Parts: sequence; structure tokens; C-alpha cells
Amino acid sequence: MLSHSKSFWSVAIVGALACVPLVFTGYETTLATLTIIYALLAMSIDILAGYAGRTPLCHGAIFGVATYVVMYYVTSAGGNPWVGMLLGLAIALLVATVFAVLAVRTSGVYFLLLTLALGMIIWGICQRWTSVTGGENGLRGNVRPDWLIDPSNFYYFVLAITVAATFVMWRFVNSPFGLSLKGIRESESRMKSLGYRSSLHLVLGFMFSGLMAGIAGVLYALFNSFVSPSSVALAQSVKGLLMAIIGGVGTLFGGIVGATLIIALENIMSSFTERWSMILGLLFVLTMIFAPTGLIGKARELNWFRKR
Amino acid sequence: MDRRNFLASTTALSGLAVAGSFNKVFAQSTGPIKIGLLTPLTGVVASGGKEIAEGFNLYWNQVGKKAGGREVQVTIEDDGSNPDIALQKARKLTEQTKVDFLVGDLLANTGLAVAEYAKTNGIPYFIPVIAADDLTQRKRIPNVIRVAGYTASQMPRPLADYAFKKLGYRKVITISQDYTFGHEQCGGFAQTFTELGGTIVAQHWNPLNTQDFSPYLAQIQAAKPDAVFMMETGSDATRFMQQWVNFGLGGKIALIGAQNATDQSVIRTLGADAEGIISSAHFAEGFDSPATKKFVAEYEAAYKYFPSIYGFSHYSAALWLAQAIDTVKGNIEDRPKFLEAVRKTVLTSSPLGRPVKLDDYGSPIYDVFIRKVVKRPDGKYWNVPIETYPEVSQFWKYDPETYMKQPPYSRTFQGIKPA
Amino acid sequence: MSFTVFQLLNGFTFAALLFLVASGFTLIFGLMRIVNLAHGAMYLMGGYVAYFTATQFDSFILGICAAALAIALLGMVEQYLLRFARGGELRQVLMTLGLALMMNDAALVFFGGDTFSVPVPAFLKGPLQFAGLTYPKYRLFVLLIGILIFVLLWLLMNRTRLGALIRAGVDDAETVEAMGVNIRKVFVITFMLGMALAGIAGALGGAFLSLYPSADSEILVFSLAVVIIGGRGSLAGAAIGSITVAMLSTFGQVWFPELSYFVIFGPMALLLAFRPTGLFGRAH
Repeated sequence: MLSHSKSFWSVAIVGALACVPLVFTGYETTLATLTIIYALLAMSIDILAGYAGRTPLCHGAIFGVATYVVMYYVTSAGGNPWVGMLLGLAIALLVATVFAVLAVRTSGVYFLLLTLALGMIIWGICQRWTSVTGGENGLRGNVRPDWLIDPSNFYYFVLAITVAATFVMWRFVNSPFGLSLKGIRESESRMKSLGYRSSLHLVLGFMFSGLMAGIAGVLYALFNSFVSPSSVALAQSVKGLLMAIIGGVGTLFGGIVGATLIIALENIMSSFTERWSMILGLLFVLTMIFAPTGLIGKARELNWFRKR
Repeated sequence: MDRRNFLASTTALSGLAVAGSFNKVFAQSTGPIKIGLLTPLTGVVASGGKEIAEGFNLYWNQVGKKAGGREVQVTIEDDGSNPDIALQKARKLTEQTKVDFLVGDLLANTGLAVAEYAKTNGIPYFIPVIAADDLTQRKRIPNVIRVAGYTASQMPRPLADYAFKKLGYRKVITISQDYTFGHEQCGGFAQTFTELGGTIVAQHWNPLNTQDFSPYLAQIQAAKPDAVFMMETGSDATRFMQQWVNFGLGGKIALIGAQNATDQSVIRTLGADAEGIISSAHFAEGFDSPATKKFVAEYEAAYKYFPSIYGFSHYSAALWLAQAIDTVKGNIEDRPKFLEAVRKTVLTSSPLGRPVKLDDYGSPIYDVFIRKVVKRPDGKYWNVPIETYPEVSQFWKYDPETYMKQPPYSRTFQGIKPA
Repeated sequence: MSFTVFQLLNGFTFAALLFLVASGFTLIFGLMRIVNLAHGAMYLMGGYVAYFTATQFDSFILGICAAALAIALLGMVEQYLLRFARGGELRQVLMTLGLALMMNDAALVFFGGDTFSVPVPAFLKGPLQFAGLTYPKYRLFVLLIGILIFVLLWLLMNRTRLGALIRAGVDDAETVEAMGVNIRKVFVITFMLGMALAGIAGALGGAFLSLYPSADSEILVFSLAVVIIGGRGSLAGAAIGSITVAMLSTFGQVWFPELSYFVIFGPMALLLAFRPTGLFGRAH
């Protein structure tokens, strides 16, 4: 179960997050909503990258596919948003399964490159299948149910779902199954010799991680009411991965820290300078030099989380 | 109990604060007019994006940053050549910076995304460069207006007419980037050309950022048309024209282009490979009129190169908006009145040197030049008009309502009249 | 018939350029297990350096040399920084992507977003007529250079001590070091060589594919495909991989224009799924 200090932190953070719409403006609340959605994406990537030790570059594609399904179902097929969301989750899970089965035999750099290739295939499909995906122009139209139009209401909705999903992920990585993934990361051969079917575990882990990314994607559809190929592009996968790394892979909550940092910086920096890309690049380089285990990892090293 | 009361009272207070802010709507303000300019300063079309900002700022700098008796503040946001970012920045400008209206964007998909936002939000959005046909045709949005802008299919039609009647071409192949802007330009050309009696022998669609045009050039060479109509922008245009010459097609098969292919942003670094190419546009930087010459000289003095379509359009847009703001004496908070003024403005002093006004659907009517790329004595290249087609609207010679019954141009529908 | 020959030439000439870029990438990846996602940015910077030098001094050759030198030096800086990224591909991804972002933006600041082409000498411009075909001289030139570099690299790898050390290091760097060889020096030389190749590729590519802000990520993606198909650390693999990817791209554009990316990434993904280390690669 959650230890005393961890529950203290968790409640404090959720409490603070719940106050956001009360303290900040509508626009800032919208930004916070976006941050939470990306945090979910980053955490989903961490399950594979941090816990299973396989670095994926395809989660942006899975995320975006879920978004496309919701947008298509509601705007082109005229369906109900809730059904659309469930469909989005189902398709995200399907895509993750296919990817998982194809990628299970690779590891390290090859896993990275294979997932990159698979993500690019999805991107290519979204760009060319104009009759369904709208091609370059994407799909647009309001998909949010009326009671969620208000930014504060929508914020609480997203927060609630993400808190629930985070809890599920937390239980997952600390469960015996989650521990077996860590074991595979440490030494796959040892796990195999102990009788674990590592391939099956990896596939299931990938599927779970993809499902979480799908939840984020579905929420994004409601958030944005717009989707285009840039939502499934490589850059999206990279962004999520980098958020996970900067926060600290293998910490799960690192995704939240990474997402907050990057989105906040992006928003603030772009008001002052056009050189946002350079600053972001510099941030990555500096993080690798000074805090390679990510911000949470560094904080742990510096004993900020001393047990009470 | 305490917590609930606390939450309730805080919510009530915040609600009051929000309600209070609505008072601003129809009251005349004497504060600055805030304009939000969205433009791709990074990403694939960064060079055009920079010129959008330059053109827009040049105007405001020249008039001391005021209009209608109020100060004008322009906030520029980078849309990253990406519709998701464009949408994010549009929200930021509207909801955080609280601009009075939005202007700009370059790529069609960024414009469409922001237009959708403007539709639900109500904020006026002016598009000098976004040329997606339907924004002022079948899917027009009342607060999205093409100030000093154009529709994609508008410009190639006079070119098709000229190509058939004056240049005598009968068999043409089109090659275009494979997205809406390309489909619409080619559609405009193909429909007019085939209605006159010409034939479109083949149509090639290359993905954006095609490195290697050789597969297409091989097919064109084998088909031996009278001319090739190219619709390429940015680096695709540069590469296409270079590879055209390197494959030995220069001078063998005639090359005519959409305006973007021979735009300054492309030809100023391309040089001789662009010489002699004919295109059609509402703007030609080599046009002999005093207004154009003055504008080009001022632009060159400020930025050290000739204006491209991006710089020119946004300068003219700023001029247009300033005129509209003057008409309503600075009271742009009264949105319906302001939009009305924008629609009714007739631009007489633009760099075009000719009056420009909007049609009933929110899109300008222009005199379109057939222009040719020529080399100046100083070795630079620019476009000089060789023929003018007066008063070309987005509908050409068609009746608007009848025209809008045909589907929008796409890869599959190009308006080609069967022989 | 001549259409097919034409397309084959297109494929081979593009393959030559890809080989130049990918050979550097695969040497570094093969020997040092570093996946350098900044390799595309190095290519682009090489192109810009060549453009600048060639226009200033009116010499294409000088442009190429300047590019090779500049990128080799830049590579040394990167190699130093990469020391902080030991411990898995995750850190390399972050570090090299960060560097790529910085270089890309720096290029935007210095050169602007306009599209540039490296100027070539007059005798390489225009088409050559032979065997009933008209084909650009410059592309044939690139093909020649590609073949030349392949031969030179092959000689290096198979006829010199350095080459033997590199090949041994690709197989098992630890043992080589244990045998008393200064493996660090081999790493540094290899890295600089790989970078120089990227710079030269940028100079040559910059003349017919042109230079613009997203050229780096595009060429990187192609290089990754080449290395995956050809396997890491293998020169022959890089050559075969380049030809495969170039042919897929060229003919794919003609036969399946709808599916341009799929034609390259489909085979790449399938290959990796069934042969995780590529066609010519060896298991770790």
C-alpha cells in the first residue's frame, strides 16, 4: 500500500490541483488541463521506458489515433461522444497490441527504431487517407458535451479521470506483474530462466501502456475539438518521451513533473523569444549533464523525499 | 462544512469577477487596440512566416502605430507551421492576451484550425494569405474575412485563359503538391483550361517536401506536353525548378506556374533557373506603377530584399484594417459595426496601385497580372506583368450560386470538362 | 524501357547520397553503440557551411572541404557531450535530440528559413546526353563520389590497421581494449570520420536536394531506415541498405504515390519484427 509520506504527497498534490480553476483564469485553467493530458501520456510512456526498460517512439501515434477516432466518430459519423471515446480506447488498444506483437523480440535501439517506424506508418495513413482523416487539414468540430464546455468543469473532469488512471498505473507497476516487468528490464535472460514468459509480459505491458496513452488521446479530442497529422507525428512521441525522461523514467510521477515543466516553459518562453526550440534543446542537454535520472530522480538522490 | 462553504464562496466570488469582465463588450475604449498576428516563425515555412511579420509591421511602423485615434499594439505568436500549435496560440492571444482580433497564418491547415476556433469564439479573424477556397464559399464564416487575401482557385484561371488563347497551348500536364491548396489551384486551372477546349494530359501529385522529382520528370519527358503547370511552394518549388533545368527540360517544354512558385521568397535564391517562367497573381513586384515602386523601395530599404506575397499581403491587410478602424473612429469593440466597415472598405492606396474591394462573400476582387520572371540589370530576378485581366473574383465568370453547387476541388474532382 | 533505366539511375544516385550520410551513422552506431539522432542536423549544418564557403570563395571543392572539417570539429564537441549520456539509448536520445534542436534553430537564426542550394561549378550543371538518355550531370557526379567513398572506406576497413581495429571493436570493444589497444582513440577517429562523411553528404546533397529547416529530420529518417535494413557497423550493409531504401523511395513514388512513407517504413518495420538486427547485422 501507499506509504505514509507518499499518501501525504499524493493528497497534497491532488488538493492543490483541484484549486487551480479557483485561483487561475480560464485560459490558464485550459493550459493546466492540457498539462494533465500530456502528463498522462508521459506516464504511459514511462511504464514501458522506465519499468520495462524498452524506449518507445510510437506512443504519440497511439495517442493521436484515439483522438482521430473520437473526432471522426462525432464529426463525420455524427455519433455520441461517449461511444466515440470508448471506440477510441478500443482502437488505441488494438494498435498497441499490433505494435507490441511486432516489437516484442527487439530491445534497446532496435525497439526504438521499430516503434519509430510503426509510428510513421500511422502518420502516413493519417496524412494520406483523406476521405477519413481529412488529410493535411485534419478533422474539426466541437465534440465536447455541453456540460463540459466550461473550462473549469472540463478541467475537473480531466483531473478526475487522470487521477484515477494514475492510481491504476501506480497499482500496476507495484503489482507482481509490474515487478516482473522491472525484472525483465534488469535481465531478461534471468527472468526467462526463472520461468517467466517474458514475451507475454512485455506484450501485456505494452498493451496496458498503450491503453493509458489512448485515454490521454481521447481526452485530447475533447480538449481540442481538432486533430491533424501533427497529433500522430514523431514529434508527438518524442515530446511525450522527453517529458518522461526529464521528470525521471521509472518514477511514474516524473511524467507529471516533465509535462508541467515543458508546457509551462513553452508557454512562458514563447512570449519572450522565438528561440524556444533552442532553449528546449539546451534544457535536454543540461538535464543529461546535471540530472540524468530526471528531476524526480535527482530529488531522490538529494534526499528531498526523506521518510518521516 | 467549512470546506464546502469556503469552496462555495470562492466560486461565487470568481463567478462575479468573470461576470464583471463582460461589461467591456460595447463600451468604447480609449486603451490600445490589440492585434494578434499568428505566423509561422519556425517550421517548414519559416521564411514566409518571417515576411508576414515584416510586411505587417512595416505598415504600422510607417504610421506610428496608431489608427482611429488609438494606439495599436501588435502581438506576434509563432504558429510553428503546425495547426495544433496555431490553435493553442490563437487561444492564448484571444483568452490571455485578450486581443481585439486575429490576423495571419500561412499554411491552409493552420488557417482552417484557427477559423474553426474563430467560428465558435466569435473573434474576428482576417486571412491575407490563407487561401482555402471554402472559407469564403460553401463553408463561409461571417467573422472570417479575406482582407487583402485571395482564394486558391482564383489566380490560375486567368493563366489558363492566357495559356490557351495567347500562348496556344493545347496539352498541359499539371504537377502539384498534394494538399488542398494544390488541389484548388490545379482545379481552377484545369476547369478553365478544359472548358476552353484544352486537354489535361496527366496530373501528378507530389507529397509535400518531395526531395526528388526525377520520377515525375521522367514521366513528363515521356509524355511530351505543350506545357507543364506547376503548383509548388517553398523548397519544393526551388528543387523542382532546379531539377527541371538539370534534367534538360528547360527550354524544351514550357513551364508555367502558380504564383507561389515564382514568388520572391523562392526566386531570390534560385536565380537563373527561374528565368522566363510565366505565372499569374494579383501582385507583381516589378510592376511599373508609382505605388508599387514606392512600396518595393520602402520594403527593400527596411529589409534588404524585395517583398514576397507574404510581405505584400500583410502590408496591404494592415492598410485595409487601418482604413476600417478609421471608418468606425476606433470603436472596434462594436464588432458588428467593425466587421461591416471591413467588408465595405475599398482599398485605393495599396501597393497594387489599383482599387480593391470585397465581393459579397468576403473575398477580394483583383485585377490579375500575367507576369514573367525577368532578370534586372543588377542581376536580381523579379516578376514583371505582361498582361492584365481586370476584376477577377473568386468565382471567375461563373455565377456564384451555380458554382457553389459543384463540389469543392479535391484530388478526385478537378472540374475537368470531358472532351 | 528508357523510363525504367531513368528511374534506376534516379534510385542509384539517391542511394549514393544516402550511403554517404548513412555510412557515417552506421560506423558510429556500430562501433560505439551510439544512436546519434543529431546526425541529420550535422548533415544540414555541413550543407550550410558548404553553401556559405562556396558562395564566399566561389569554389565548390573548398565548400566540400570546409563542410567536412567543420562538422568533424563539431562532432568532437558532440562526442565530449555524449560522455554524459552513457547508460543506455534513452539518454542518447535525449542528448542528441537536444543538440539537434539547438543546431536546427541556430541554422534558422544564421541563414533564415529560405531555401538554399549549394552552388556547383558550371561543368556540372545541366544534362548529359548518352545512350539516348538525358540525365543531369550533377547526379552522376554524386554517384561517382558515392562509389569512390565506398571504395575508400572499404580499403580503410579491410586493408588498414585502423580498419581492423574498428571491425574488431564493432564485434567486441571490451576485448579489443583488454588487448591493450587505446580504444578511446579509435572511437574519436571513427566519430570524426563519421561526422566528416555527414558534412560531405550535406555539401553534396545541398546542391540537388537543397537546404531548408526540416531537411535534417528528413534525411535522418532515411538514414535510420538504411541502417536498420543494412544492419549496424556494416559497410556492405550500408550500401545495400542505401540502394534498397533509395529504390523503394523512387519506384514507390511512381507506382504507389499514395503510400510514399509506407513503402519505406512498412518493409523496415516488418524486417525489424522478424530480424531484429537488420539484414546484415549481428546480435549484440
